Amino acid sequence: MTISVSMTVNGKTVSGDVEGRTLLVQFLREQLHLTGTHVGCDTSQCGACVVHVDGQSVKSCTILAAQANGTEVVTIEGLADGATLHPMQEAFREHHGLQCGFCTPGMLATGYDIVRRLPDADEARIRRELSGNICRCTGYHNIVKAIKAGAEKMSAA
Amino acid sequence: MSATGIGASVRRKEDLRFLTGRGNYTDDINRPGQTHAYILRSPHAHAKIERLDISSAQAAPGVIAIFTGKDMAADALGGLPCGWQIHSRDGSPMKEPAHPPLVIDRVRHVGDQIAVVIAETLGQAKDAAELIEVDYAPLPAIAHPGKALASAAPQVWDEAPGNLCYDWVIGDEAEVDAAIKGAHHVTRIELTNNRLIPNAMEPRAAVGEYDRSTGDYTLYTTSQNPHVIRLLMGAFVLHIPEHRLRVVAPDVGGGFGSKIYHYAEEAIVTWASAKVNRPIKWTAERSESFITDAHGRDHVTTAHLAMDKDGKFLAFKVETIANMGAYLSTFAPCVPTYLYATLLAGVYTTPKVFANVKAVFTHTVPVDAYRGAGRPEATYLIERIVSQAAREMGLDQAELRRRNFIKREQFPYQTPVALVYDSGDPGGCMEKALKLADYSGFEARRKEAAARGKYRGIGFSTYVEACGIAPSAVVGSLGARAGLYECGQVRVHPTGSVTVFTGTHSHGQGHETTFAQLVSDKLGIPIENVDVVHGDTAKVPFGMGTYGSRSLAVGGVAIDRAMDKVIAKAKKIAAHLLEAAEADIVFENGEFSVAGTDRKKAFGEISLAAYVPHNYPITELEPGLEETAFFDPLNFSYPGGAHLCEVEIDPDTGVTQVINFTAVDDFGRVINPMIVEGQVHGGVAQGIGQALLEACVYDEEGQLITGSFMDYTMPRADNLVSFTLDTHNVPAPDNPLGVKGCGEVGAIGSPPAVINAVIDALSPLGITDISMPATPPKVWQAIRSARPPLAAE
Repeated sequence: MTISVSMTVNGKTVSGDVEGRTLLVQFLREQLHLTGTHVGCDTSQCGACVVHVDGQSVKSCTILAAQANGTEVVTIEGLADGATLHPMQEAFREHHGLQCGFCTPGMLATGYDIVRRLPDADEARIRRELSGNICRCTGYHNIVKAIKAGAEKMSAA
Repeated sequence: MSATGIGASVRRKEDLRFLTGRGNYTDDINRPGQTHAYILRSPHAHAKIERLDISSAQAAPGVIAIFTGKDMAADALGGLPCGWQIHSRDGSPMKEPAHPPLVIDRVRHVGDQIAVVIAETLGQAKDAAELIEVDYAPLPAIAHPGKALASAAPQVWDEAPGNLCYDWVIGDEAEVDAAIKGAHHVTRIELTNNRLIPNAMEPRAAVGEYDRSTGDYTLYTTSQNPHVIRLLMGAFVLHIPEHRLRVVAPDVGGGFGSKIYHYAEEAIVTWASAKVNRPIKWTAERSESFITDAHGRDHVTTAHLAMDKDGKFLAFKVETIANMGAYLSTFAPCVPTYLYATLLAGVYTTPKVFANVKAVFTHTVPVDAYRGAGRPEATYLIERIVSQAAREMGLDQAELRRRNFIKREQFPYQTPVALVYDSGDPGGCMEKALKLADYSGFEARRKEAAARGKYRGIGFSTYVEACGIAPSAVVGSLGARAGLYECGQVRVHPTGSVTVFTGTHSHGQGHETTFAQLVSDKLGIPIENVDVVHGDTAKVPFGMGTYGSRSLAVGGVAIDRAMDKVIAKAKKIAAHLLEAAEADIVFENGEFSVAGTDRKKAFGEISLAAYVPHNYPITELEPGLEETAFFDPLNFSYPGGAHLCEVEIDPDTGVTQVINFTAVDDFGRVINPMIVEGQVHGGVAQGIGQALLEACVYDEEGQLITGSFMDYTMPRADNLVSFTLDTHNVPAPDNPLGVKGCGEVGAIGSPPAVINAVIDALSPLGITDISMPATPPKVWQAIRSARPPLAAE
């Protein structure tokens, strides 16, 4: 049995037929071909799939596509403003906050969300807030630096 | 130094696609008409398959085909090959059991492949797999390497009696025993190097495709070395000649060794794509990665270090049991031998070293190289026993090391275990680290922490490692079945931009930037005019890939050599255009000039002349400007350094907090400091993970207890601190670029620094040993057992 879903993704209205068991991340990757959102685990631990749903950061492997019906979703593909990178993307580039790039979409989504909620978060708080996102490459050193710098850029913007 | 040349922290060229979601990883690839594969795996560590019935599954909705080991055997396919051969002390070759991509009638570890279901959707493939009926007759299993050699242990292979794969030695045992017997003091240690799961964030994936009209196969795979996969899979497993088989490793989300090896799934989807005449995608779920990706480490070791009355090391004896798992993975046999025992002199002048390594089979996932591979095991052993020796001798940790370091002027240094270290300065690294970490102020910090009820400790690790693998002649004599050179191709386009083709593979290391810097620096062209291509056997002539910190030290030199050839040819063209003798042409800052004159031609003018050769020395020179070089190093690369870790332990909870981590490393010559620091950060994080958090645990029946991120503790941001890094670089004379590998040192140097810090913190309680990982319950228990009971107890 399929379910019809419709939502706004990166500003565009999209719709499709999904199975009841289809996860939001599967809908994004397989039906919308938005492959920037990644799947790094099957226990909702790694955070590679974090997207924004109605302004909240959400692990898109933990909700069904059907649950996202009618919502507004922003993925990594929708973070930049055309050719202009989001300040958080700029900060990750400037501070070498990524290596293999696989966890990066989730890190950016979470980093952006941390700064929006806690614009003045210090290093310890940023580290605690990042505990739902795993990176195996960077040791988090430069991710933390990038989020701090991103916070400054976002407040200056 | 130019802003984009050697030594500049150029921001990465590859970042834009990763930051905007435009990376192209294997699972992002979808081919027209693609089907999906799901692999049925063994839930048992050891069992005989008495009946396998796929008939109901075949009839399930969406199923296209189901294949078993018998189907592969009917096509006379080969098994997954092993790239190294080790010989036992009696001269016999290692035991090398067959490793079919799908088993026939017996499973030997949880996760062993039994059948593949190919269906229109992944959901249908999974649903159908549920309908496959398998009758298992479970058999006793063995998982722990320390118990595998026991006479009553369950046997993994009939052809490997006692579960022994090989019994290998290096050094003179009698000589070492005699030195130990006559020594002033002997420090003895028993330790385990905990088994780890690499867990690159991108799970493995493979897409196989066959074109009936040409007979061509294409495999997209998560590999660190696509050419090696093409060679191994084509020649040994599927018997497809190279010109009919293209292997593409697109963007790869981390590897750390686990994506070196040729895995069964690659062969299965490639072979089956011809059977069903449609592309097939397989992507591991993380739970599947845990039970199929090659694991790392897993050694059990006893060692003795003999000293004279001044603490001078006289001899070192090591006896290690190394777990190979159920099958021999591609590199596995060389890890606990040539990548481990040859490093057992460490940074010290220990004149006599002997090691015996017994490799054993167990009913576990194959074990192979994981970041550092053998060298972390050696470093952990050496630095633990040296630290214990200092405590037993009543000597300061730094002082005992100073007394035994190989001095800078003693390089090149011939160790008693085969290697010749080309350069280094262990003492210089340590002294710099001591200053950076304020070692002299440590006792005051320990007191201050004690006043807050915390145990504070500082731990040392001074290490050297051998990487940049590998000199073919050397590794050939050591048992490698192939050489380990690298290939670089430099294609200069007519208007002077350059595409570099490299046989190495970047999966986080930033080659697209570092290699472009090499080219920008040498050819004097803007870095934007350089593109680096890797990861496709149809584009790159050949390559051995990326592992063993070899990309720059071997692959970078190949590119450099190809540029030498480009410049040599370009000088001939310039001499013709400038009407001068070739010997008078000077190439500098991207311009060819006649020495002592103002006559010159820009790089782009020469390249244009090469492709539009109207005015060209056509009788002497072919048109075009493209050169290829293969570089095979004469020696390994020897980075080294000093890592100091400071921890605080809360006695109420047993939680160990890393307070400071200082690393001073010797990388020879650094091309991009930002990227190199990033490599150290990641390596140190994995090392701290091994020391404090990570453990792959099997139960007595061979079931994996730590089968997900819920159970296997990956380091997270709040487990770590910001690291203090510096370098103390001694250029490498045996490397044409003067560079040393940097990718693995963090994981090699850091674990003993952390554990030595934990032991140092607890030493006032009389605690002398804590095993990795030093988890809160383990530390809390050690504290409770060591200190006198409280009055109320």
